[in-house]
Amino acid sequence: MNQYDAIVIGAGHNGLTNAAYLAKAGLEVLVVEKNDYIGGAAVSRELHEGWIYSSCSYVCSMMRQAIHRDLNLTKHGLILVPYLGNVAFGDNGETLVGYTDEEANYNALRKISPHDADAMFRLHADLARYAQLIRKTLLRTPPDPTSFRPRDVNELLWFAKQFWGLGEKELYEYIRFFTMSAADYLEDYLENDLIKATMASAGIIGTALGVYSPGSAYILLHHVMGDVDGNIGAWGLARGGMGAISQSLAGALQESGGEIRLNAGVRKILVKKQKAVGVVLENGDELYANIVVSNLDAKRTFTQCMDEDDLPPGIFKKAKNFKIRGSSGKVNIALSGLPKFNGVPNNRYVNRGGQAFVGSLETMERAYDDWKHGCWSKDPFIESVIPSAWDPTVAPPGKHWMSNFVQYCPAELADGPWTPEKRNTFGQIIVDKIERYSPGFRELIVHMEVRTPHEIEAEVGLTEGNIFQGELTIDQLLFNRPFPGYAQYRMPVKNMYMCGSSTHPGGGVSSACGANAAREILMDLRLGNTVPDDDFYDE
Amino acid sequence: MPSTIIQDINQHNFHEVLKPTPFHPRVDHDCLTKNWMDWNGYLTARTYDTLAAEYFAIRSSCSVMDLTPMGKYRINGPDANKFLNRLVTRDVSMLRPQRVSYVVMCNDEGKVLDDATIFHLNEGDYRLCCQHHQLDWLMISSLGMDVSIKEETHDIAALAVQGPTSASALKLAGIDEIGQLKPYDILHTQLHGFEVMVSRTGYTGDLGYELWTSPDNALSMWDAIFEVKQKGFYDIRTIGLSALEMVRIEAGFILPGDDFNTAETAIRADRVRSPYEVGLGWVVNLDKPNFTGKRALLDEKKKPIKRRLLRLEVSGNKAPQDSFLYAGKGGKRIGTIMTQIWSPILKANLAMADVEFAGGSQPSEIWAEIYYQKELEWRVSWAKGKVWNKPFWSHPRRSASPPDSY
Ligand SMILES: Cc1cc2nc3c(=O)[nH]c(=O)nc-3n(C[C@H](O)[C@H](O)[C@H](O)COP(=O)(O)OP(=O)(O)OC[C@H]3O[C@@H](n4cnc5c(N)ncnc54)[C@H](O)[C@@H]3O)c2cc1C
Repeated sequence: MNQYDAIVIGAGHNGLTNAAYLAKAGLEVLVVEKNDYIGGAAVSRELHEGWIYSSCSYVCSMMRQAIHRDLNLTKHGLILVPYLGNVAFGDNGETLVGYTDEEANYNALRKISPHDADAMFRLHADLARYAQLIRKTLLRTPPDPTSFRPRDVNELLWFAKQFWGLGEKELYEYIRFFTMSAADYLEDYLENDLIKATMASAGIIGTALGVYSPGSAYILLHHVMGDVDGNIGAWGLARGGMGAISQSLAGALQESGGEIRLNAGVRKILVKKQKAVGVVLENGDELYANIVVSNLDAKRTFTQCMDEDDLPPGIFKKAKNFKIRGSSGKVNIALSGLPKFNGVPNNRYVNRGGQAFVGSLETMERAYDDWKHGCWSKDPFIESVIPSAWDPTVAPPGKHWMSNFVQYCPAELADGPWTPEKRNTFGQIIVDKIERYSPGFRELIVHMEVRTPHEIEAEVGLTEGNIFQGELTIDQLLFNRPFPGYAQYRMPVKNMYMCGSSTHPGGGVSSACGANAAREILMDLRLGNTVPDDDFYDE
Repeated sequence: MPSTIIQDINQHNFHEVLKPTPFHPRVDHDCLTKNWMDWNGYLTARTYDTLAAEYFAIRSSCSVMDLTPMGKYRINGPDANKFLNRLVTRDVSMLRPQRVSYVVMCNDEGKVLDDATIFHLNEGDYRLCCQHHQLDWLMISSLGMDVSIKEETHDIAALAVQGPTSASALKLAGIDEIGQLKPYDILHTQLHGFEVMVSRTGYTGDLGYELWTSPDNALSMWDAIFEVKQKGFYDIRTIGLSALEMVRIEAGFILPGDDFNTAETAIRADRVRSPYEVGLGWVVNLDKPNFTGKRALLDEKKKPIKRRLLRLEVSGNKAPQDSFLYAGKGGKRIGTIMTQIWSPILKANLAMADVEFAGGSQPSEIWAEIYYQKELEWRVSWAKGKVWNKPFWSHPRRSASPPDSY
């Protein structure tokens, strides 16, 4: 068969979510994926026998609970298990232990800074106030501010109401917040550098910004606004790795009769008379559909899978200039035992949480300087977790694996292209740094997968290895994502849509982009919306 | 005459309002929240540290719970089987040794006194485990029978070891034969040189076991299990009653006394419930020659059912705690939420609901009126309920034999 109701290009978790909703509405749906596995950046891979790595994303906090429930993802194997704590390491070996339990966390902070322990309540209330506004928009299609269609006007009014609800003073604060750096913002609240650095680290993840760069405060919000079972800001692991999310979505899709074709990379989107009519695969096969949905990032979609002539003027250039700089690496390490860290209590909370090698604000800023100069950070920021400490399915009993998310690492090096040797050197920097805090760490290593933006782009197809399919700065958010005028998932040629993280609400494993796009498609087809409203904890 | 009851005659210590179990030194050490509650007169942990972690120990790894407070009665003697078969509504006459059966006990009016499990320990030797104190009823029921009944709650220390890695963990702890146990099987074995009984039973709806031993060996049994964790093989966590409440509702198990009034404690005539009304019709065997409550249940079966304890999924994310239920938004009141939880695995509000069946049939719509607080402000919302005829959650690993390793 080569004719479908809808073809979704890319089996990332958003593509699968989108396809699942289209199939559920009765459409014949085909997902074409270039790799021989599904999931994109939400993937579990057994690269060393017995160890299952979440090769890219590793922590789940954005996943829309309403979609989890609505698509019955539990039945298809999805279980999200929360973190209980975390520990941050400073440059001089000082540690900051954090707990998800509020009282325990207060007491831990107080040991380092009684002032900051108190101020944290104010900080969290302010962040919660800002976060709730954004959170409410996640499962909604952004309005087009230039349109006079009733739906857009109503939606704009809704947005305005949410914002005015803050009150005048807070509104100004909020606008200021959007333009601030994470470090400057935190300066208003905190005094201890390690506490500041730990909080600020959330403002740089996945972004080509430093802790002192304007705009990083918003990114911080993006990373603390998720929730697990209504616990705002909580983080969780997917049992079996992040691939369990994609697998469960594929289960829901297949249950509704949807089809997934692997090793089926798309070379071109076929356009006839300004209408998308299908795709040509790498192998030359042509497949036709009434609807074509791209799960790829905006830059890749337009500059690699479409002809400039098929597009209205301007779009090609916008896509080319879409900000999608890669700044992160990922090092996955199989371990023969559980590493021990200097100065970290062996307790049931911390043993079940993340490790953040933050150093200090200055160290993080220097790490960013290296990146600006086209080099990986010599003393990088690393955010780690050892999922096997509480997920029995990802390593043999008694053995472990450690996920290390690293910043910064550029897509292009100043001294010429990436080579396997350079990649290994980068990997060794990570191992050396962890060894500093965990003597004997190196001896535990059984296997290692080092991924720079170069590998991430080659394998997942994320342009320049940008983990969010485009940076999360204000010029590329909400009705500006991916480009002004195209934020409602409909693309410049008819019957073509986008559903990946390049669209609102952006990067992260949330299923929101895919679901929002499905809502628009179902509306255009007059099939009635079946995408659920979000679960609001704020109302 | 029934044989004599052997009672613990130690002087009562009035400082000890709640009795510690034989595991108390370990429980107390492990319980960081000191969030104690009462269970059958025992000092029991509500949570040990973090509810979510305890919940997921059951659903994702391995959990250990002190089960000692559960009412336990040893029943043997020539008429033991006859006695039990008359006591409960299910036919247990053929219950083989080393097997367990889930049962319900009714009074003469066919109203539920309790649910229970019968463990056929060895030929002719039984243990009855109940939620509530039942010695009085057992003695009354044994009139005219040659049977010995002994309250042994204090004499048996028990742990529930439940979760996907429970079989793997127990094997490493030294119970080599664990893999042979099928659901509801019993195994008598040795652990580090003392006797333990292991049954593949539980209240979680997951893969799991219960371990029984004499109080003298309680701490050794506890340590043998947690040694597996210390050696770094599996994450094993103690869990309190709050986590248990979550999983038992997910698994669709009822809790007498919480989901409905037990017959011997009810003062008002309309507060008692029949097995049919609490969804336990499947354990009533009306073909059995006779059992307590049979006549009443035969009568009841002929009439349309008046009400049912339903498994209700309530939409949205607001907890329908103690909510009234209505036939429509703002319609006629038809029931009440009895117990409810948020299910982290299903991402839904799950409840046990007592609902009227006008004319014997289930209402076509059930709505909950939910009061909830935001920053000390009360709000109200309406949410639609969906009735589940099956347990909300079940997993093939619960009954897989041999058990899965995780
Ligand atoms: C290293 C790393 C760490 C991250 N950590 C986290 C985290 O901890 N938590 C979190 O929430 N988010 C994290 N993210 C971000 C998150 O993983 C992504 O935002 C999200 O997974 C993107 O999903 P998607 O479906 O939109 O797109 P993708 O996952 O990018 O899916 C696109 C799919 O399209 C396929 N494809 C590409 N080109 C073609 C073609 N021509 N033809 C056919 N198929 C094609 C790709 O193979 C891929 O399967 C991380 C990302 C990375 C890379």
